[in-house]
Amino acid sequence: MTDDVAVLGAGMHPWGKWGRGFVEYGVAAARAALADAGVDWREVGSIVGADTVRGGYPGYVAGATFAKALGWQGARVTSVYAACASGAQAVSAARAQILSGLADVVLVVGADSAPKGFFRPAGGDRPDDPDWLRFRVLGATNPTYFGLYARRRMAVHGDTVEDFAQVKVKNAASGALNPNARYRKRVTAEEVAASAVVADPLRLLDICATSDGGAALVLSSMEFARRRGAPDPVRIRAVSTVSPRYPRTVLDLPDIATDSAVAVEPPAETFRTSIARVAYEEAGVGPEDLSLAEVYDLSTALELQWYEDLGLCSEGEAAKLLREGATAPGGRIPVNVSGGLASFGEAVPAQAIAQVCELTWQLRGDAGDRQVPGARVGITANQGLFGHGSSVIAVR
Amino acid sequence: MVSGWFAGDGNDFRLLGTRCSACASVFFPREDAHCRNPGCPGGELAEVALSGRGRVWSYTDSRYRPPSPYVTDPELSWEPRALIAVELAAERIVVLGQSVPGVTVADLTVGMEVEVVPGVLNEDAGTTWTTWHWRPTGVTA
Repeated sequence: MTDDVAVLGAGMHPWGKWGRGFVEYGVAAARAALADAGVDWREVGSIVGADTVRGGYPGYVAGATFAKALGWQGARVTSVYAACASGAQAVSAARAQILSGLADVVLVVGADSAPKGFFRPAGGDRPDDPDWLRFRVLGATNPTYFGLYARRRMAVHGDTVEDFAQVKVKNAASGALNPNARYRKRVTAEEVAASAVVADPLRLLDICATSDGGAALVLSSMEFARRRGAPDPVRIRAVSTVSPRYPRTVLDLPDIATDSAVAVEPPAETFRTSIARVAYEEAGVGPEDLSLAEVYDLSTALELQWYEDLGLCSEGEAAKLLREGATAPGGRIPVNVSGGLASFGEAVPAQAIAQVCELTWQLRGDAGDRQVPGARVGITANQGLFGHGSSVIAVR
Repeated sequence: MVSGWFAGDGNDFRLLGTRCSACASVFFPREDAHCRNPGCPGGELAEVALSGRGRVWSYTDSRYRPPSPYVTDPELSWEPRALIAVELAAERIVVLGQSVPGVTVADLTVGMEVEVVPGVLNEDAGTTWTTWHWRPTGVTA
């Protein structure tokens, strides 16, 4: 177990399709987080930006781009890219700087202006890029991968499309209570069933949209927090950024095939399970300690998979856990009380940071109508393209 | 599009991968630079033909036209293609591919046996881009 870092501030730009540049969303989120922390930007010793590749060249240098927009003040600067795990790697970089004494207070920012429709690789003929290849050779979009996992769960565990729809119903009900969510309307199972099939067996309302949005955190040493009159802040106790282990035998984005298990027996745990286990070990807590979880619901079926990967239930029991109401507000372990990606949509560099914002507000008791009563321990779980793990545990 | 991923005609058509001479790991798409087994000292990577038949691990389709770089004719209405993930027992590997034309998700079940057959990915006036397709065994269309 390592030392804690304090979450002094959290902020977002509301998510949606606003049609503006990612810098504007990131700066709005950063200013909100700084105000929340009561920290002047000029006091920040380091800024870490989670990169977007959708916003063109400036996106590759997100840390400096946000620093310039906030006003150059000489802070240490870092930019990180890890696809959907970019935000968690940004938190990880900030935390490492604080724990090593390189910085006392760090601003973490992620924001994006997502394109309409399917995500797609950058242009040009790039047959050395697995992401380009899966589109070119197979026409395999992200939803087709979500469809493969969903169908596999139906075949192996007996999940039904009605179970998947109930995830959307649950998350939309929470999103309706969240002023930062893009979709703020309840959804019925009938509406899910009436939406168009995108990738069999998943329908439009089973799959998250692409969004614009921004999220930011102000992290500091515990000593800095005490000096600022915050003796009992929300603390980050673990950040897991692990990669898979060979052979990876569950087909996953963007790969066309799994690793062969002919020479080496596959590890006992899957990649997603290992992401959570490492976070639990680092934090010294287990699934039984959790008050809430924010998981990466790219699809409704994938949320169910996370229940098992986080150890909220045993393998194959996720739909049962959902049906019992355990993962709904008021249940034993509410999942995605923010509304999840089902209500926010994907703004890739921001979403893992947004998950930590939600934990922060929940652990402070500041989550308003969607508050989980007495929340003490929360976990986020996320996975980035090309083998980037991402999980954060925060405590109060 | 990419060379050396498959070869042969008719019943002899096979996906081609590579096998490490030191640890026997198999790679598809082919890995020609370095064995990716972290416990392997590294060996020669020799081309190997994969099993022609396997079992459906999962399947789905794309009801909306995939974006570029997938090539489709926007003048034609979009016909969804099934995508099948197939488990090859001997290699202990799962390989994704399109179904043969005409086979839809309604024709598929997890665990069903399929075989690899030559297919056409795209063609224009001058060039035909070939690929592999999965076809349920017993279907001859």
